Amino acid sequence: MFQYTMRRLLIAIPTLLIISLVIFLLLEAAPGDPLGEVPLTVPPEVKAKMRTALGLDASWYIRYFLWLKQMFWIEPMHLWDTLFGTHMADDMQRVISFQSRQPVMDIIAQRMPQTLIVVGSAYVIGVLIAVPIGILSAYRQYSWFDNLGTFISMIGFSVPTFFTGVVLIVIFAVKLQWFPMVYDTTLQVTDWASFTKQLKQMVMPVTVLSLFNAAQISRFMRSSMLDNLGQDYVRTARAKGLTERVVVLIHVLRNSLIPVVTVIALGVPSIFGGAIITEQVFKVNGLGQQLILAIHANDLPMVMTLTFIFAVLIVLFNLIADLLYGILDPRIRYD
Amino acid sequence: MFDGGKRPLVEVEGLKMYFPITAGLFRAKVGDVKAVDDVTFTIYEGETLGLVGESGCGKSTCGRAILRLYEPTAGSVTIDGEDVLAAPPSELRAMRPKMQMVFQDPQASLNPRMTVAGIIGEPLDEHTTLTKPQKLARIYELMDKVGLNRDFANRYPHEFSGGQRQRIGIARALALNPRFIVCDEPIAALDVSIQAQVVNLLEELQDSLGLTYLFISHDLSMVRHIADRVAVMYLGRIVELATRDALYEAPLHPYTQALLSAVPEPDPNAESTRQRIILKGDVPSPANPPKGCNFCTRCPKVMDLCRSVEPEFREVAPGHFTACHLHNQTAG
Repeated sequence: MFQYTMRRLLIAIPTLLIISLVIFLLLEAAPGDPLGEVPLTVPPEVKAKMRTALGLDASWYIRYFLWLKQMFWIEPMHLWDTLFGTHMADDMQRVISFQSRQPVMDIIAQRMPQTLIVVGSAYVIGVLIAVPIGILSAYRQYSWFDNLGTFISMIGFSVPTFFTGVVLIVIFAVKLQWFPMVYDTTLQVTDWASFTKQLKQMVMPVTVLSLFNAAQISRFMRSSMLDNLGQDYVRTARAKGLTERVVVLIHVLRNSLIPVVTVIALGVPSIFGGAIITEQVFKVNGLGQQLILAIHANDLPMVMTLTFIFAVLIVLFNLIADLLYGILDPRIRYD
Repeated sequence: MFDGGKRPLVEVEGLKMYFPITAGLFRAKVGDVKAVDDVTFTIYEGETLGLVGESGCGKSTCGRAILRLYEPTAGSVTIDGEDVLAAPPSELRAMRPKMQMVFQDPQASLNPRMTVAGIIGEPLDEHTTLTKPQKLARIYELMDKVGLNRDFANRYPHEFSGGQRQRIGIARALALNPRFIVCDEPIAALDVSIQAQVVNLLEELQDSLGLTYLFISHDLSMVRHIADRVAVMYLGRIVELATRDALYEAPLHPYTQALLSAVPEPDPNAESTRQRIILKGDVPSPANPPKGCNFCTRCPKVMDLCRSVEPEFREVAPGHFTACHLHNQTAG
């Protein structure tokens, strides 16, 4: 298992390097100019100086290797400095956002908590709802409960989050005025009142996202349970004279969870990147919204770094899903 | 051997297992697959009743319905004086230790995520109050009994060969000292060399533990080897039931005759003169069985009567039952 993990991590290095190059070249090939929003009144020679200051006049491969150096050498050193109070990377050039002239990593660190709180809790709630629904739907296949679950997950699947989000805003924020329309990132949770306020503003984005997540996972759970309910070992368990609860929750569920757990693990990177639209709808200042802003402003270092971090997460959680499979299923061995 | 003085252990009376066929938008019930249709027989204590028939004739369904792994449509099953089909779920679970089953596919019938000790020991958790060391001792005892190395107790089913897996299945069935075991084609998924081992093991266990078997198989030679009495099924019904020797020497029902004529002879001289009765056509659908005798569409000795009147399953000679109009006259 350890050797397998190490091998996979080693393979991940060239994979991620190639991914970073592809992202860089795609951004390079994309239309748009980082200085496009500079007013026309600015003289061309000043504009050229600004271009030089941003490092944009260098060839693409120089800028790519510069980004690699900043990302994999200077940023880790800077992290070390902030964690342990050393001064190794003090006057080295970090990855800087074109838009705000701030280090990209600082912005990401500022925005990460919003995304994790809103999108992360939506994912957790989605899973917690989906698993019992999937179990019950499969156990009572074609019952009214199963049909209702199928209907709701069809809605969750097919109606995009920007639509459900706006519908919720119209009903609960505009008409009923139960919840605020816009997510307030500056809110500090200090006492009970601010805590309830935080809960209230989270309700709508979390509902929208967890409906979407639960729709997918409950379908996986249901079909996995149905696969296993028809297996011979379930009949064996019944013949042993076990209670129905033990048969379903111990024998069937444990076997059914193997594929579902890996699907859940594979979905974790989407917590960071997948909620771009929902964050935009509810004005949550998270990573997804930052990515949209950066794309609009042609903020190349920011887009590059965020996209690369999503790629790292996807590669990492693929590995985690594979390892979980090995742990949960005794038939699978990594040697 | 069949002994008329023995006590009946399992009594099956008019057992019917219909699976509904649904169709259309609202899943309306449009008919039934009559997998088991009005089956009656008795198994005496300590004997082996062989249940033979071709694929899809309802042998396995019959075995499962007797143990109520399906909910039968009608009929009654009494095992050791207790009505299995009428019992509520909690009482049924309490009866489970008495009646067990060895399944056909030893790969699929064992939970892949449980170790051998877990599989064999789980019924003990549910039905006994043994302490942990006692349970482990019992698990080892059972593994010894079926010829499995004790060192394998913490391995998973996929690490075993087919024959070993079937031994695990047998050890599991034996865990609670059952009296009656349904062996549902226990050797069909095994190599021929392993089949003999498993059948011999089942016979040894029967002698030492006094077990009663319902041995479901399509292997006529194997049934002849292990069974005391044999029942022949066709399209959900028992067409003939007799002691082994009577059935193999002098089959009465035309279907049994055809079935037995298909058994190859090991002696090449006898094999060359063997007269096979080749049946024409296919087995009718159990959803739509023919009127009259189920076998009338393929029977070489069919009469007009067979197409309209269903033959009664009756005793035509002592201990020899058959459902055929040809033999109604002889029984008087």
